[in-house]
Amino acid sequence: MSEETEQPTRRFSSIVLVVIIVVLALSLTALYQAYGLFLKEDLTMGYYLLIGFIGLALSTYMLFQTRRRMQRFTLKTQPITTTTVCSKCGLKNVRNFERGDYILKELGPCTKCEGTMMISAIYREVTQKGKEEKVFT
Amino acid sequence: MQLETLPSQLLPGMDWIFQVIFTLLFIVFVFYGQRIQMYIMVREIEGSLLRLKFIRDEGRKIAIKTIKEIGKPEVDPVERVDQFLEYITIPPESMDPSGIVWKLEHILDVREDRFKDEVKLMAPAADETNTNNLENTLEAAAALNMIYKVIRHFYILGKKTLSLYIIMQIQMILPLIMREAEAYASALKAFSIGQPIGDGAGALVAAKLMHGHRKKKIEKDCVVAKVPLEGRTAYIIKAEGPGGNVGKPGEAIKRVVEKNDGKISMIVMIDAALKLEGEKPGEVAEGVGAAIGGPGTEQYKIEESILKHKIPINAVIIKEDIGDAVSPMRKEIFDATEVAVERVKHVIKERTKEGDTVIIAGIGNSIGVGQ
Repeated sequence: MSEETEQPTRRFSSIVLVVIIVVLALSLTALYQAYGLFLKEDLTMGYYLLIGFIGLALSTYMLFQTRRRMQRFTLKTQPITTTTVCSKCGLKNVRNFERGDYILKELGPCTKCEGTMMISAIYREVTQKGKEEKVFT
Repeated sequence: MQLETLPSQLLPGMDWIFQVIFTLLFIVFVFYGQRIQMYIMVREIEGSLLRLKFIRDEGRKIAIKTIKEIGKPEVDPVERVDQFLEYITIPPESMDPSGIVWKLEHILDVREDRFKDEVKLMAPAADETNTNNLENTLEAAAALNMIYKVIRHFYILGKKTLSLYIIMQIQMILPLIMREAEAYASALKAFSIGQPIGDGAGALVAAKLMHGHRKKKIEKDCVVAKVPLEGRTAYIIKAEGPGGNVGKPGEAIKRVVEKNDGKISMIVMIDAALKLEGEKPGEVAEGVGAAIGGPGTEQYKIEESILKHKIPINAVIIKEDIGDAVSPMRKEIFDATEVAVERVKHVIKERTKEGDTVIIAGIGNSIGVGQ
């Protein structure tokens, strides 16, 4: 297993990028040629139009596919919140999670009174992506 | 301009080209349609496999990094970690199912002891809490490794045999497998730094109920506290935290029942349960029965115990999906633990009399949850 994992994980191929750029450039040239022929009322513009549009569609599709793959190759890290509270005066403090934090951990004296600060909550907040299904509630 | 004459007008005299193209396409799709479909599926599996490999490798890296940080090993732990990721557990033979629960429990005990010993060898400087967290981290990394290898196996097998059905099966369940793998990746991160996870909701409810009372260690990795609650005496049980630990709550409940000569009016179990799609995470529901997951040995012990003494058993569950269960606890689930505490009190008030003795067991991984 170790042998395999030493290889870097494939993320993005520069050759693919070059191919995409070349195809994109050629299709745009073909479209430009088609426009020139259209002004001259030359019906051979059809070839260029066809080639131009197919090339444009292909390169755009390839670009989006590569981008999607790049986005998928990351592990999301979510911010975790730790809430500390004083058992006596109720002083509340919210901060980022630190290694060693756990719920109901006593942290020491309160800065305002003689009470003890304690971790009362550790959680992550999730932001909903897109619309929720509301039809079948 | 008529649409059907568009190609011939744009490309005058070239109609035959289109006819040839369409005829060729028709022939290709008739004879090679299935194979094209298979190649598309193979490509899809390949993409997911790359993602799985990435997740597996990241998991392994996180595990090694955490061991080096916390455990301060004298020798490089990479080789041992790789060995750990390949560990297998062989379940007992079930041709004669009599006594299989105890056989399975024994195998699981041996496995756990072996894992703990391995972690101690890899990370000699880790304390008990960190040892438990590291064990959980490595188990999550091992699960990711296994998922990757199984999918790779079917991918290669499908390509070798060119069997559409092997490829199709794996492609159809792939979205669910990917969800599970992503969940394990989140779990791995949470375990490595000791964050509470969604599965710990039950343990958190118990922790809230026993907080401020004297606790005693009971059975394997569990704690119990005798707490006056709504005029009743409640034995609150949970896995010992804040290390990653599920304990043996079945054994603990059995011990408390025996210690009280079976004079327990009711048992209430609180656990995280898988929600159905469409249900909201953090919904609290009530029911009857032993709310506990895992391989079944603990559930068996609880059921044996309650049957012997005819003790009613109630369940309070907190709903969440598989991703939430093993990733850092989300706010909705944390908030639901307060609701669950009230529901437990309500059940006890409604179904027992003052002066009765009850058992309340908070089930789940107590990582990041003290008591």
